[in-house]
Formats: sequence, structure tokens, C-alpha cells
Amino acid sequence: MSSDAVPVGGTLLTRGYKALLALGVVGIVVILWRFAVGLGTSTALSDGYPLGLWIALDVVTGTALACGGYAVALLVYIFNRGKYHPLVRPAILTSALGYTMAGASVAIDLGRPWIMWKIPLYFWSWNLNSALLEVALCIMAYVTVLWIELAPALLSRYEHTGPQRVQRLARRILPILDRALIWIIALGMLLPTMHQSSLGSMMLLAGPRLHPLWNTPFLPLFFLMTCLAMGYAMVVFESTLSSSAFRRRGETSMLLILQRVAVGLGAAFVIFRFADLAYRGRLPMIATLDLFGIMFWLETILWLLPAAMMLIARTANPGVLFAGAMSVALGGAFYRFDTFLVAFQPGAGWHYFPSVPEMVVSIGLIALEIALYIAVVRRFPILAGKASPAH
Amino acid sequence: METDRRSLFKTLAVAATLTVIPTTAQARERRIAPTDAVGLLYDTTRCIGCKACVVACKEANGLTADVDGYGGGLYDAPESLNEYTKTVIQLYRDDSAGEYSFVKKQCMHCVDPACVGACMLGALNKGAFGVVGYDSSKCVGCRYCEVACPFNVPTFQWSKRSSKIVKCELCRHRLVEGKEPACSEVCPRGAVRFGRYDDLLADARARLAAEPDRYVQRIYGERELGGTQVLYVSHVPFENLGFRFDDEQSVPHTQQTVQHGVYQGFVAPLALYGILGAVMFRNRRARKTDEETQ
Amino acid sequence: MQRHHPVRTIHDSLKASGVSRRDFVTFCGKLMVAAPFGLSITSFLSPEAVAQEVGKARKPSVIWLHMQDCTGCTETLLRTSQPDLASLLFDVISLDYHETVMAASGKDAELALHDAMTANDGKYVLVVEGSIPTKDNGAYLKIAGRNGIDMLTEVAARSAAVIAMGSCASWGGIPSSNVNPTGATGVDSIVKNKPVVNLPGCPPNPYVLLATILEYASTGKPPKLDAKGRPLFAYDRTIHEHCPRRAHFDAGRFAAQFGDDGHRSGWCLYKLGCKGPITHAPCSTRHFNEVVDAWPIGIGHPCVGCTEKETAFTIPIHTTASITRPTPPDQYPTIVTEREGISPLATATAGLVGGALIGAGVMFARSAGSQSSEE
Repeated sequence: MSSDAVPVGGTLLTRGYKALLALGVVGIVVILWRFAVGLGTSTALSDGYPLGLWIALDVVTGTALACGGYAVALLVYIFNRGKYHPLVRPAILTSALGYTMAGASVAIDLGRPWIMWKIPLYFWSWNLNSALLEVALCIMAYVTVLWIELAPALLSRYEHTGPQRVQRLARRILPILDRALIWIIALGMLLPTMHQSSLGSMMLLAGPRLHPLWNTPFLPLFFLMTCLAMGYAMVVFESTLSSSAFRRRGETSMLLILQRVAVGLGAAFVIFRFADLAYRGRLPMIATLDLFGIMFWLETILWLLPAAMMLIARTANPGVLFAGAMSVALGGAFYRFDTFLVAFQPGAGWHYFPSVPEMVVSIGLIALEIALYIAVVRRFPILAGKASPAH
Repeated sequence: METDRRSLFKTLAVAATLTVIPTTAQARERRIAPTDAVGLLYDTTRCIGCKACVVACKEANGLTADVDGYGGGLYDAPESLNEYTKTVIQLYRDDSAGEYSFVKKQCMHCVDPACVGACMLGALNKGAFGVVGYDSSKCVGCRYCEVACPFNVPTFQWSKRSSKIVKCELCRHRLVEGKEPACSEVCPRGAVRFGRYDDLLADARARLAAEPDRYVQRIYGERELGGTQVLYVSHVPFENLGFRFDDEQSVPHTQQTVQHGVYQGFVAPLALYGILGAVMFRNRRARKTDEETQ
Repeated sequence: MQRHHPVRTIHDSLKASGVSRRDFVTFCGKLMVAAPFGLSITSFLSPEAVAQEVGKARKPSVIWLHMQDCTGCTETLLRTSQPDLASLLFDVISLDYHETVMAASGKDAELALHDAMTANDGKYVLVVEGSIPTKDNGAYLKIAGRNGIDMLTEVAARSAAVIAMGSCASWGGIPSSNVNPTGATGVDSIVKNKPVVNLPGCPPNPYVLLATILEYASTGKPPKLDAKGRPLFAYDRTIHEHCPRRAHFDAGRFAAQFGDDGHRSGWCLYKLGCKGPITHAPCSTRHFNEVVDAWPIGIGHPCVGCTEKETAFTIPIHTTASITRPTPPDQYPTIVTEREGISPLATATAGLVGGALIGAGVMFARSAGSQSSEE
């Protein structure tokens, strides 16, 4: 599985990059402060709303947006579309960084993160009924798998250059990885299927406190469909951004197909959702324009908008693709935010809106993620494709 | 490639169906209380709102004072369950209807607890006598139990740097010594009574039958949300006391039916893994053959 | 005792006895404590003003009858820690007939009663202490051959007003408990044609009696009464509503046993059987013997409900009172607790950041689109 990806090169510490690092540093400072003062002071979380921004955004939405690796792997390795192979590495990198950031966010959000090691090790204590256990074990495994999948890309840089010891290590490991890659990649498709659907079934345990417009036994399926769509959309999103940022020609024709899949999945999701509501007799609720009705329609519109846009714009236009991808990503983000926060009704008197420190931490982690992405892409062979003519 | 795509779609569709669509075939069994179950019976007609139970609970469990709220920084005046308070008395008052009632809130010790279904390592567990206990050594502080509990019972130590969950455990440290929970022991009116679940249920039924005009003819907790070991009888409607749900199905039922439908014996995930691996293997071999022939 | 003297004002009487004005003002202060509101003679802002008003009143003639009594109600009137008040008493009221304190006995006593009634016909206040036996034609109480019923009827007929002093006179008291072998009953079962003021208690507070008598003397009318004929200024509230240990009740601090830590700390006595919640009486704010905390709960014993017919000598002392309609305090945790609201700073920040990101995305989309159309 060799590739013609090359490091982008160029200056790393541009002004924009330094701004990202600054945001990241601020985020880390606030994280340290959060551990010094406790969750009560640093967040707006409460017993009524125990899960907040860090879970809904960083973990649930973040991992879905990081499903690009999963989505593209399906396309390339299962549906055998070899021509999309150049998209695999950047997607896997995004996924690896995204899931690592999600893991970091979980560790920051937990009340006793130093007990985390017991989760994979204390198998005799496992509560196999717990959807969250499934999510935790799966994500831990998947992060490992992602970095292993990314290893060839990172190590191949050292195959013929760099310190002797590293070269020898690279040359020894690479063939092993090459042979095992099928089974690792297969894991890399199995695991997200499992935990993305389990993230959905997680909220089923809120039971009667989850608003009927979101509370359906099909939550796992809906989370899975939307995460795949968001995965494809994020590949479009990042590919377009990368092409622009690193002055490379865009792979618009490939992205068009991906966006079509995303839009198709999104449309299917919306149809299934309406069908499910009708089946459960909840369809009349969408006519009530309270907070829940409005959020439902916001999600639906965001999911259907790209389809409309693509129908209207006859040609493959990177701008349209990008906007469409954003719409899918936002639709998916809102769907998850709503499932975990808005549709969750703990009872009268409780309120939640993320505190400023919570937002600073999330923004900081995202900034670090982007900064790492840029650093890796510049120094390691991740992106394929040619530079665009002089700008 | 044509045959590839068709058969691929078919196999994937089957795999996807296996993994995510809930199986209705094996519905989860309805749980019942264990034979040695103990619980509480709380009678709003007897409660005088003296809060002796709140004080005794704090003392028996080594909880600190909660001086926020209308305690004004001076008095231990908890307004609801929180990290310092495992039981609380609240007042329902409707001056226009001329009715009021006190109500005691604490863990309901459900027969099929949502929190136990949620907890990853079983820190919250249904233990001896059906009491829902907490073992902090297995708790990472993820607060999923708070998402699950329909009664908003588990509370989190927000003020601490190392945060555990705090909730009523029916004074199980006293139960093992043969004593009863602090709240029921101290209650001056016998409004909260401790005993064997069967006895309490029978007592509640007897009270409703003996004075049908005095009580709302329903024992809250007998069937609601799968049944709870803490039972309530009241002279005002239960919704007014903050009991929002009367659905008889337990909270974990749906989620676990879905979960089990997917992960029964881990068959579906293994099957999917096998299929994915097999497909990729075939694709790689096909590609190698293509390369060789070229 | 003053007999056959012309009726004069209390002020004159005090002056004649040489009682210091200061002592009288102190006494008026005690009246204000006994009746902080609901009584016209104490509805002034200072003891001096009360003294002025009370001093103007004509000194009332009081005839005191003893029926089935223990003399406790007399004792409570006389048990003062200030000798000056004892002497002051007889300048404030004219105690024209009182079997315990008067010197006469036998036929002289009968004569004294007759003279007192004649001299103040229609003007005296009749105070009755003790219950009146009615069984067997009232045979269980006879004085000089006459039974209590007849005696009471006759004396009450020529009185201006009747005060039933103590629980026995109010509703039958101890003699009426359980099987009530003598058919003991209160004054208002027998006296029907005169206003009867019941002052239940075993014994009641003496200042409540004096305030009631002086109200008559000053205004000619009884104080406002409740459905049981008890003056509202003293009996409108339960002990529980005025109890100095109420904070302990509200906080759930109960003495479980006499002498335990809670009891020594002065905690609520509800679990020891205190009937405060179901007993209307003024004792929680008007103590006895002019000694602070000289009242049952004050010395650490639960209230036995001595003013209430359904409670006293009926419900055992250490049986907890059944509170069927407790009045909730004004401040109490409610079913729905209002939590902290949403910080406007946070929402503003989120709006700004989110808007900026989406805006940037839209702009990028536009430029990406226009770039490609250029190529």
C-alpha cells in the first residue's frame, strides 16, 4: 500500500500557526486550572446536566467529525475504490488527532481520571450492559488502531533518512505493518461501527427524560448513519481547506463523489427519522415550534440543504462542495448536541450553557489539533497531489 | 467489479442490519425485587417536616453542612439532594388549593436501577438486600449514572478536586450491624418506616384500604419505572411532589434490549470483522492478480 | 381585705396604701408582657401609659369561689417572687371573698360572701376555681349544705362577668378525666346567662387573669374570645408556634431521653411527648413565678397540654402529639429548586465565536467557489 504522498514542507511557524499555538497554550493553562479548582468552579456543569460541552462537542461530535478515516477506509478497502486512496492518509491523520483529542477531553471531564486505567484492565468488573463501557473500550482500542494505521506514513519518512537507529526500526516495522494492515484496517472499520452506534444507545438510558423527537430505539442506527455522512463531509471540508492553505490543486472530482455519498446518507437519515417518528406516533410534535421543534427543523434543514445546493449548482464547484460539507457537519453536530443536551430534560429548575473556561478548553484543544495536523502534514508524507500552478 | 459491488452491498447490508437494528425477538425480562429486599415506606400524612431525618442522615454518613441557599452561610439548610445531602425534605404548597405536603427525597433503590445499568465498572451495584450501593474504588467520575437516573438522585462532588458520587445507600453500613437506617430510626412520627419490602408493601396497601379518603389510591414505587424499594403513600397527587413518571417500564429496559440485540454473545461484531477482513483480503488478491496480468 | 369601703379608682387605692409608683409601673409592664396585643388596656406604647389607663379604672370587686379544686390557681396568683406585688395586688383588685386567703371561716365566711355580693351587686367579677360535680344532683361538693351547682348559679346571677380560672373551671380539668366519677364539668355548662371567660391552664398564668379582670374594670367588656371562650390575646396560638425551642424542632434536633446530650443542650422535646403543637396556651412567652424559663418546657419537661380538654389528663404525657395539619414555615425547600441561571457572558462568547467561525467558513466557500470558476 505505498502512496505518492509527500511532505508539504514550507514554514511551520507562520503568524496563523502561532495564533493556533497561543490558543492551545491558553487552553492548556485553563486545563491545569480546572484540575486545581475542580469541576464545580471551572464548568457550568451540574447534577441536572452532568454532561456538557466537553462531552457533547469534543467527544460525541468530535469523534463523528473524525470519522473520515472510517468513511474513506470503507470506500477504498471494502468498496474497492482505489482511486480515492490518496484521501486515506489525511483522513486517518484527522481521525487519529480527533480521537486523541476526544480522549484528552474525556480525561479532563472525568471526576477521577486516574482510575481510567481500570477500565480496560479490570475485565472482571466490566458491566457488559453499560453502553458507555462499550464506547470507552472501543475508543481506547480505536485510538491505538488509528496510530498504528498512521504509523506507515510516519515511519516511511525515516525509511531512508534520519538517524540510523530510527531507520533500522522503520525498515523492520514497516513490512510487519504492511502484512498486518488488512486486519488492522478491518478493526479500524469494525470499532467505529460499534462505538458510534453505542454513543447513540448511550442516550437511550436517559429514558423518559429524553425528548420523544430524539428518543427512539433507532438512535444507534441514526448515530452511525450521521457519523459516516459527517466523515465524508469532513474529508471534503479538510481537503478543500488543505488545498487552499498549502497551495495545491484540489481533488474536486473525487470530493464531489464523497459529498454525494454524504448527502445521500443524510437524506436517508432524514427520511428514516421521519418514518420512525410516524411509526411511533410522534410526527405531530414537529409542528410545535417550541425549542425542541425549532432544533429539530434546524437539524433537518442543515441536513437537506446540501442536497438542495447540489441540485441547484449543476457543476462541481469547490465552494458549493465546501458549503455543503459544512452544512452536513453542522447538521450532524446539532443532532448530537441536541440528543445529549437539548433533548435531555432533567426537570424544572436546571439550566446549562457552557462556561467560558469550558469553551476556552475546547477551542484550545481544537487549535492544538489543527496545529498538529499542519505540522505532521508539512513534515511527513500525508498529502498526495500536485502543487497548483504559481499563485 | 460489477459482481463485486453487488455482493459487497448485500453482505454489508446484512452486517449493518445485524449490528445496529434492535432485535425485538429477545425482549429483556422484567426484574422483581430480591426475596430479602428491604426498603422504606414514606407516608406524607404523617410527616411534619421536622427534618430530623436529614440531620440524622448527615450524622450517620459523616456529611458536612450545606450552608448555601437560604442557610445564609450560617445554617445547614439543604434545599435538595447534593454532594453534602443524601436525603432532604421538600415542601409542596398550593395556597390557592389550600393543600400542602412534605415529601422526603432520597435514593429510590430501584428494582431495576438505571444507574447500575449505566455504570461501567459496577461502582454502583445492587447488593445485599437489594440496596443500591456505591464503591468509589471503581468510579472514574464519568457521571453517566446521573444521566440515567430518572429521579435525579446521584449527586457529584463538584466542589472537590477528586470527585465521587454521593447518594443514599440505605445506611448499609448500619444494616450490617443489625441497625436500621438513621432516618427511619429518628423519625418522631413514624412517617418513614424501614422494613422488609414485602411487609412495607402490605402495610402501604393496608393504609390505603383502611382510610381511602385520606390517601391518594396509589402506592408510588409499586410499579413505576420497574418498581422501587422505597415506597410512597400520599394525600396529594404524586406529580405535585415531583414524581414525574408513571411509566411502568424500567429505564434500562429499552437501552439494554437494543444493546443486547446487537451484542448478544459478541456474535455480530465478530461476524462483521470476519466479513470486513475477508472482503479486504479478496480485494487485495484481486488487485495483485490485476497487477500481475498487466 | 377591703370591705364596705366606697369604690374608688385603683390609682387612689395605690396612693392610699403608699405603694410606689415604680412598682405599679413594673406591674403594668408585666401586664403588657401578658397581653402584648388584643387588649385595650395594654394597647399603649409604654408601661407608664398603661399605668395611666389602668389607674383610672375603678378598683374591681372580685369574688372568688372554689369548687373541685386543688387551689393551684390561687397559688399561682399568690406565688410571686416579689413581695411588693403581693401587697400591690390588693390595691389593684378588691378581693372581697376568697376562701383560702380570708381570715373568716364557718358562719363568718358565709356572712362575708353574702355581704360582698350585696355590696357590689351586679358589679363584681366572679372568679371560679375548680370544676363543678354534677352527678347525683351535685352531691359531691357541698358547702354549708348547699351543692356547688346552686352556689355557683346564685353567685353568678348577680355578677357582672364570670371568669373560669383554670382548666377545671374551664372544662372540668383533672376531676373530669377518664370515667369522671363525679360528673365534673366546667363553669360554662352551668352558667348560661352571663359572659364566661375561660382561662384554662393548670394553672394558668396569673397575669392573664389580672389582665382580663382589669380589662373588665377599665372597659366594662370582656376581651375578644375564641370559640371555646378563651381570650384571644393569650390563647390564639399554640405553644409550638411560640416555642423558644422551635428552631430545634425545625432543624430536627430532638431530645430522645431525659438527660441525654440533646436534652442537656435544650433541644426540642417533641419526641418525649410534648403537646405543644396541639395546645393553645400563652406559656411559651409568659413564664411563671416571674422567673425566666420557669415553665415546663423551659425546665426541660414536655408540655402536657394542660389547657386542652382532648389532651390534658387524656393523652399520656409521653405519647407524641399527633400533628395532622402542621403549618409549614414560610421558608422551606420547595419541590423545584431554582438553580443558577445561564451566564450572559458565556452565551455572548459562544455566539461571537460560533458566528465568526461560520462566517469565515461561508467566506472561504465563496472565495473557493470564485477561484475555481476563474480557473
